Amino acid sequence: MKAVELNEISKTYGKEKTLAVDAVSFSIDEGELFGLIGPDGAGKTSIFRILTTLLIPDGGSATVDGLELVKDYKKIRSRIGYMPGKFSLYQDLTIEENLNFFATVFGTTVEENFELIRDIYVQIEPFKTRRAGKLSGGMKQKLALCCALIHEPKILFLDEPTTGVDPVSRKEFWEMLKRLKSKNITIVVSTPYMDEAALCDRIGLIQNGKMLSIDKPDEIIKSYQNKLYQIKALNKYALLKDLRAMENTLNCFTFGEYLHISFKYESDKTSIELINSLTSLGHSQIEIREITPGIEDCFIQLLKN
Amino acid sequence: MMRTIRYLLQKEFKQIFRDKSILRIILIIPIVQLLLLPLAANYEVKNINLSVVDNDHSVYSNLLISKITASGYFKLQSYDASFKKAMGNIESDRSDLILEIPQNFENNLIRDNEEQLFVAVNAINGVKANLGGAYLNTIVRNFNGDIRLQLITPQKINPMPVIEITNANWYNPFMNYHLFMVPGILAFLVTMIGGFLCALNIVKEKEIGTIEQINVTPIKKYHFILGKLIPFWLIGLVVFSIGMLISYLVYGIVPLGSIAMLYGFVAVYLLAILGFGLLVSTFCQTQQQAMFIAFFFVMIFILMGGLFTSIDSMPPFAKIIAGLNPVSYMIDVMRMIVLKGSGFDDIKFHLLKIIGFAVVLNSWAILNYRKTT
Repeated sequence: MKAVELNEISKTYGKEKTLAVDAVSFSIDEGELFGLIGPDGAGKTSIFRILTTLLIPDGGSATVDGLELVKDYKKIRSRIGYMPGKFSLYQDLTIEENLNFFATVFGTTVEENFELIRDIYVQIEPFKTRRAGKLSGGMKQKLALCCALIHEPKILFLDEPTTGVDPVSRKEFWEMLKRLKSKNITIVVSTPYMDEAALCDRIGLIQNGKMLSIDKPDEIIKSYQNKLYQIKALNKYALLKDLRAMENTLNCFTFGEYLHISFKYESDKTSIELINSLTSLGHSQIEIREITPGIEDCFIQLLKN
Repeated sequence: MMRTIRYLLQKEFKQIFRDKSILRIILIIPIVQLLLLPLAANYEVKNINLSVVDNDHSVYSNLLISKITASGYFKLQSYDASFKKAMGNIESDRSDLILEIPQNFENNLIRDNEEQLFVAVNAINGVKANLGGAYLNTIVRNFNGDIRLQLITPQKINPMPVIEITNANWYNPFMNYHLFMVPGILAFLVTMIGGFLCALNIVKEKEIGTIEQINVTPIKKYHFILGKLIPFWLIGLVVFSIGMLISYLVYGIVPLGSIAMLYGFVAVYLLAILGFGLLVSTFCQTQQQAMFIAFFFVMIFILMGGLFTSIDSMPPFAKIIAGLNPVSYMIDVMRMIVLKGSGFDDIKFHLLKIIGFAVVLNSWAILNYRKTT
């Protein structure tokens, strides 16, 4: 049985019928850590809200933990944990009170499922009498995760859990997810950060409500069709302009201190020819090197197509 | 199930008691309103500024003027030589009324048994002008009666039968306006606290996003709604009790009717008002929207509920609106039980209508409340 299965799910908003989710189909295996990767406004949150029974899709069907999405929404609610992108616990209740509250509304107690959240809870336990609104971003996120886990859900939906969180907390958070995965909880996570994609078992790249590609991170990288080079020169902006003006350039974009570039036609001499023509254009200190593409490179290429 | 509701209530009360500003509002609003409004809102018009134009300068005209000023309602602002001058006083807003006493007032009055007085009223402030004119009429009529008594030697049988009207103010013998206003203001208070707090509280959950987290839980719709209604229902009753206590301590008002019945009615009325708040909250996404919509309705409810102006004197369309206004029934019942000591039989139709409001508003709200969008 698949943990989550979507079949041609669509959702439009408003009178203009803006298509937020466009006939999306994919499935997630049990115990998998699935990442939904895409820029802001791609439709990630809409898909999450549909799968957590908060939004009724306009078309298509889906099952969550084997249950029909629209028909069995009540049963689904007690089997999933949802952590919305925006912190939405009670700010005027303490850590302890929030946790107890959510345990109670799910008809369980904190003690009953404490094992599951122990690792995370011990980190925020010293502040358990502090009100949630007064916690730091990282602690809020840990509390939200505890509250989403307190009823031992089979599937955990995390909508952009690391947005606005510092790099150290982000790393910690992903380690927590790995540990949860080992307890056989299916995790669906969305993120705009490409570097986090590599940490998932499988990822789906989404843009404008359409799924561009769904595969393991390695496979997505392997599917990059061209060779990729990183290139650097003294005047980076002029270099970018000149490279983009060249006929042979397939795509070229900035990536940290380097530019990443792929070519339409490639031969052994491509890079030497390039250096020559760039030197004649007045560039100096040119460095060029072939590299393995990352998820971000793949994503940009998929967008171009 | 009971456990869920108990926990929802616990959470709600914790939040309410932690919000110090709300708590203060709950306690201060009834005190301030009950101390301020009844003292300020007084229908009795005093200090009417009077300009007199006396063209007669006789004993009788002096007598009339001193009788008028002695009544306590009028303040002799000016004693003018001509009507034109007196008019100038009205124009500059120094006086509200002109009384013109014609020449030969005394002579005509005694000889012809008849004389006319001229009264000009500044009607900018309609209430003041109307009442002032009416007071003046009464005083002149009494004056007239006094003169008749002096002039005509009483005969065994009065040749002209006279009907004299005296009145008694039942249920409020001294026409004490506090007695009239305070129960109405109490009704108004319960409406405000119940309606606003309930609407704002639910919309706050929407605004902050906590409702999202609640909606993915298996909590039932009626659990959530009960969890919201019960705390504000209790708060409404507490506010009402504070109000009753203040009206006893400050104004000495003790309900003539049964206090238990009063509470019974308020309890049902609160359900209707909370249903209204709930309904408003289902239509709004932000606290600002909820505030304005609730304010709009409460304003109409209060102004057309018979607190300040009598419903009986409203035009027919306004009476229909008042009939659809739960606040009007509440104000009515408050006055009936507190002032008149009405029993259950007198208020049973009011009660029935309020139950109707409670059922309709709450079911509408529940139907309109969705856990999914």
